[in-house]
Amino acid sequence: MKKITIDPITRLEGHGKIEIFLNDEGNCEWATLQIPELRGFEKFSEGRAAEEMPRITTMICGVCPTAHHMAATKALDDLWKVEPTTAAKKIRELMYNAFQAEDHILHFFFLGGPDFVVGPQAPAGERNVLGVIAKAGLEAGGKVIEMRKRMRNVLRIIGGKPVMPTCGLPGGVSKQISEDERKTIIEAGEYGVDFCKFALSLFDDIVLKNKEYVDLVTGDVYSHRTYYMGLVDENNKVNFYDGQIRVVDPNGKEFAKFKVQNYLDHIREHVEPWTYVRFSYLKKVGWKGFVDGEESGVFRVAPLARLNVSDGMATPLAQEAYDKMYETLGGKPVHSTLAFHWARLVEALYASERVLELANDPDITSDDIVNLPTETPKEGIGVVEAPRGTLIHHYQTDDQGILTGVNLIVATQNNSAAINMSVEKAAKALIKKGNVPDGILNMIEMAFRAYDPCHACATHSLPGMMPLEVSVYDSKGELIKRLRRD
Amino acid sequence: MAKPKVAFYWCASCGGCEETVVDLNEDILKVADAVDIVLWPVALDFKRKDIEAMKDGEIAVSFINGAVRLEEQEEMVKLLRQKSGLVVAFGACAHLGGIPGLGNFWNRDAIFQRVYKEVPTVENPEGTVPQQKTKVKEGELELPEFYDTVKTLNQTIDVDYYLPGCPPPPDLIMNAVNAILKGELPEKGAVLAPNKALCDTCPRAETKPDKLSIDEVKRPWQIKLDPEKCFLAQGVICMGPATRTGCGETCIRANQPCRGCFGPVDGVVDQGAKALSMVASILGVEGEENMTEEEVKKLIDGIADPAGTVYRFSLASSLLRRRRME
Repeated sequence: MKKITIDPITRLEGHGKIEIFLNDEGNCEWATLQIPELRGFEKFSEGRAAEEMPRITTMICGVCPTAHHMAATKALDDLWKVEPTTAAKKIRELMYNAFQAEDHILHFFFLGGPDFVVGPQAPAGERNVLGVIAKAGLEAGGKVIEMRKRMRNVLRIIGGKPVMPTCGLPGGVSKQISEDERKTIIEAGEYGVDFCKFALSLFDDIVLKNKEYVDLVTGDVYSHRTYYMGLVDENNKVNFYDGQIRVVDPNGKEFAKFKVQNYLDHIREHVEPWTYVRFSYLKKVGWKGFVDGEESGVFRVAPLARLNVSDGMATPLAQEAYDKMYETLGGKPVHSTLAFHWARLVEALYASERVLELANDPDITSDDIVNLPTETPKEGIGVVEAPRGTLIHHYQTDDQGILTGVNLIVATQNNSAAINMSVEKAAKALIKKGNVPDGILNMIEMAFRAYDPCHACATHSLPGMMPLEVSVYDSKGELIKRLRRD
Repeated sequence: MAKPKVAFYWCASCGGCEETVVDLNEDILKVADAVDIVLWPVALDFKRKDIEAMKDGEIAVSFINGAVRLEEQEEMVKLLRQKSGLVVAFGACAHLGGIPGLGNFWNRDAIFQRVYKEVPTVENPEGTVPQQKTKVKEGELELPEFYDTVKTLNQTIDVDYYLPGCPPPPDLIMNAVNAILKGELPEKGAVLAPNKALCDTCPRAETKPDKLSIDEVKRPWQIKLDPEKCFLAQGVICMGPATRTGCGETCIRANQPCRGCFGPVDGVVDQGAKALSMVASILGVEGEENMTEEEVKKLIDGIADPAGTVYRFSLASSLLRRRRME
């Protein structure tokens, strides 16, 4: 049996490697994405003071530190049973939405977007952020940089520094927002809303008006009928910062809705010996392997999943964009993996609108930013929607608040089974009779890039192009073909 | 004249050092203009063979971030050392071991036990843990070995300079790049940041008493943190006195105490030991002679997780290096 390895040689033995096994007919028998990386935060956090977790778990991921910072901070609220002040909740949510907007835009323009904007069949050398700028115009490139700069400045104002923010405390935040800072944040929010409208119109012009792209989005190669999970507010609208976890089945029907404190009733994880990542599944459906459908507990998270589980968006412009997406794609739920990109833009618009709303809120500059804990700590669970999906931190402590048990359900763990399935499906569709076309590199890459997987940020290759190498081995392990995309 | 060749490489890291390079914004274009980037895995295609084919010392400087935990990382940094005139340890993990270095409180077996068997969500009746080689019906899959101990870069290869911080701030990165381009480099082994303690540049320096005395240690959630007053004067443990400055005091400005990511100033071998002696010297200084043993113990017990506090970023680089496992 032949084995094909797609190794993101950018990471050497880094954080993601695709293995494809061919059968005697030369068709794909099985394909999988391995994660050869582990750091063990669940273990080495034991013994630490719980209040330090927002400043330790940020280092899980330097691209999404704000997500871990916020999940940890909310777990501390629950650990000490302390309700944050009204202003503190708003400051946190404001910071969190600025982060979502900035991160989503980074992904769309630098990582996933090039596949669409420049085109999946375009030469690899053009399929990067420079190619996007060439197609969308130089002015657009400047806007992308400006958007990121402004939103990251909001993170700096509230959290100290965008990479590794520090402001979260049980019951609140450490720093008040000044009136001058509020003005800067309002300007960033206004810029963000305009920018996201522009990004959606760009998507409209370049992707939706091109039948080839629409066929790709709606086609079967990139589709899986799975369950979906995401946070919703009291009106079942998408919320990144707080709410209940809602799960819908592959038909879009509500399957479960629960507070994160009850997550153990709903989420379980499966272990495989060939990868360091754990695979989440729905406990009540069960682990049936890497398969989709109603009988399989595999679920998906992240932008498309959030839109699928919700009844809409809580801000007006994002709601319009939401309606348009489902109208175009034929109603809810949408199962096409490539629609994650579109959903990401809808969410970036919501996040920007929410930044603006919160920045204009009279409470946002209040000095009442923390409630001091008085209860004895024991156990706390926190959840946020990371850009890449539902993220849960679960802490147990002694009565001094020293950690005795830590569990982390990271967004990409939740998607990891589905990512494997998407890679396998693309490989099966594209490899026939031992014929491994050069185009397979990008087509398979597209299958997992849509999830924006964050295996310690391995796939956040900045120009939107992760150089890949495919090696084809015969049954004796001899190299018979090597494809390389520069 | 040919532009100097520059390499960026990452080991066990989180991507934050990459993000901070992107946060140079417009300046990154100036850097890209002045040098020839031959290796940057996050951004450019990488061919190990191309690096192997280079002459020794052909790369002017390699910036390497992340701690060293996998065999492959070790091989790669040794190759880069051979091919590079200068090696700069970039960021707290390469410099000190960083947060991943806290893994040295445990070992591989303890970490696997927790991550794959004990956590409450795992359903694993057969006790499966990741293996270096796994036979599946279709063939064999391999994983790189996960070492027991996290190492810093200079425990693996010879390092010329250090850019400290989690992550290093953009101004220090630009200073370092400019110094290298102009050939105005300090003595080998230097940390490319001011040789002063954080307290010396802290915006709250004026509120730090000449003679500090803490009669009760406060954890950051136990009091309303004063946004202008020295943390130690509030009874909150701050690593400022044992930590090098140059970070822009970003955490302090967000009203949180320092946790030491820049490492110590020159001449201090063990940041944690330095911090412990600092703390010991200010606990209960006033009225010390009247305290009972019990009161002294209570005062010291007020410091939550002393080891994880003073060695937050530097355990792997400390004299201890790791905890001895039974």
